[in-house]
Amino acid sequence: MSMRVHVEGIGLWSPQLADFAALHAQLQGTPPPAPAGKPPASTLPANERRRAPESVLLAIEVAGQAVAMSGRAPAELACVFGSAFGDLSITDYMCETLAHAPTELSPTRFHNSVHNAAAGYWTIATGCHAPSSAVCAWHDSIGAGLLEAAAMALADQRPVLFVCSDVAGAGPLAPITRSTQAFGCAFVLAPETSPRTLATLSLQLAPRAATPMDGGALPAAWSEANATAAAALPLLVVLAGRDRHCQMAAAGGLGLEILMENVA
Amino acid sequence: MPQPIHPLAVSAYTVTSALGHGVADHLRALEAARGGLRPNDFGDAPLACWIGRVDGVEDAPLPAAFAAWECRNNRLAWLGLQQDGFLAQAEAAIARYGAARIALVLGTSTASIGATEEGYRRLENGRMPADLERSGVHMPHSLTAFVAAALGLQGPALTVSTACSSSAKVFASAERLIRLGLVDAAVVGGVDTLCGSVLFGFNSLELVSPERCRPFDRARRGLSLGEAAGFALLERAGAAPAAPRLLGYGEASDAHHMSTPHPEGLGAELALRDALARAGLDAAQVDYINLHGTASLKNDEVEAALIGRIFPASTRASSTKGYTGHTLGAAGIVEAAFALLALEHGFVPGNLGGDEPDPACGPQFAWRGERRDVRIALSNSFGFGGNNACLAFGKAAA
Repeated sequence: MSMRVHVEGIGLWSPQLADFAALHAQLQGTPPPAPAGKPPASTLPANERRRAPESVLLAIEVAGQAVAMSGRAPAELACVFGSAFGDLSITDYMCETLAHAPTELSPTRFHNSVHNAAAGYWTIATGCHAPSSAVCAWHDSIGAGLLEAAAMALADQRPVLFVCSDVAGAGPLAPITRSTQAFGCAFVLAPETSPRTLATLSLQLAPRAATPMDGGALPAAWSEANATAAAALPLLVVLAGRDRHCQMAAAGGLGLEILMENVA
Repeated sequence: MPQPIHPLAVSAYTVTSALGHGVADHLRALEAARGGLRPNDFGDAPLACWIGRVDGVEDAPLPAAFAAWECRNNRLAWLGLQQDGFLAQAEAAIARYGAARIALVLGTSTASIGATEEGYRRLENGRMPADLERSGVHMPHSLTAFVAAALGLQGPALTVSTACSSSAKVFASAERLIRLGLVDAAVVGGVDTLCGSVLFGFNSLELVSPERCRPFDRARRGLSLGEAAGFALLERAGAAPAAPRLLGYGEASDAHHMSTPHPEGLGAELALRDALARAGLDAAQVDYINLHGTASLKNDEVEAALIGRIFPASTRASSTKGYTGHTLGAAGIVEAAFALLALEHGFVPGNLGGDEPDPACGPQFAWRGERRDVRIALSNSFGFGGNNACLAFGKAAA
């Protein structure tokens, strides 16, 4: 049983790469300048941008890039936001505060701590009433989330925005999560081909294989710094036209075989 | 509007909450209008409020083979899985379909954050104490990863974490995977446990009631938090001809505010209409709605108006948060189980705590339990971030 989805937009951000074009350049051996400062997240109104935590800025930045590339109106897209850990800085703040002064917990940080914070900010900023979700599957968050988003696109025959992003760990959780820098990526997936189609992917569930990934021109440290980046890299390399096939982990023993059928 | 779906069989389900372990305890409590809330006795410096705490979690450690997953949330999951023969039902499904052909989709809002909180209380030189240096319990997928291991499932495994709609949305994800032929069955459900993050977090938003929560009462003062575990097994209808059905579901976003519902309940209404459309139902065919009804001022006001403008008086509606407290990410599955109990036993639970009904509530409200035939039952679940879901269940076609 294979599924075909059509990629219409791709977003990407890490401290080294400002967008998908930067990854392309990097893979071709011409490293681009690193982005300055925080993810710009220009989809958010200025007051929301000030209030939003780093995890939300990151997710909104890559979501905005992918939707802009697709040319679609964001309000028409259902959305699935994946993240292995959510906002680790807020988790650190909450656990630290609860250990010493629980009644002083900040209400804003509490409501920003929900795993669907980015989905909330995104739907509010874009006036989107479509279904929105927030998912995770530890180190397999991007593979499992891609499966969820593709299933939604095909089952309901509607375009879906899929985002997967993780920020750096903080405090005592840093050595446990082993996430040392931010990474996010996003894809607009459509059930049918159109003039917007950038690539058609055939997805199929299969037993999980060990597939050591060669990032080509990317320094290994880039993907080692963030498990979601490491898991996303094979798909990004395929979408950059450097390979035609990859497998992503979708669950414990399960892989998602991905074959690129054409490039526009 | 979405296309109607082929109904799925809910061939097994179970629930564990402050009302007890397994469905029989819950049915008895609902029929007797006996709530499960108690004065807050959770943690070292408990807030003055009421909670829906599950008895026996502390005395039910995980089997040694699962020691890496040990934490309150996974204990409650394990306790929940052992009720109503659910483990045996899951095993039978694995024998029928194969472990890779069954999806696992679970909802939770805070998963095992209680273990992370505990680690921070006992830091050793700024590091997690050795017994909590277990990466599997410091992430929101902890519940699903543990349940996949405990049941021996090898299919797609996903955690949905959209605050208080989490374990309603799992039914939608599972239905899509089954419809596309990616799996033949799915274990869905959700677990959330009491922890500092939610008790002090909702307290910081001034949403926690100092007394037992009173959904839809004119003098309601906020919510009471609870904990629960629930699971259901979904299969194609032909696999269990007599089992109750998942008829439809709807999901929609408010696009309004992170912690306040849309004032006209726009997202909630979209989710409700989406669920009715997928189920191929008119509002007038609905016999019972289990409401989200948290007892927060705003939720209940918006939801009462929604029910009043869409349903006739013959549709009965109640919140059961007065029995269990608000079990957050588990509320979807707990209240799905209550909707299924209503179908199976012909009993509409009364809206416990609504002693002086808010005048916004229409004639649909069942303030006391009612015996009546229930053929179609809905369950509403609304979460932070304006995340809304509605489930539609029905009896098997005669």
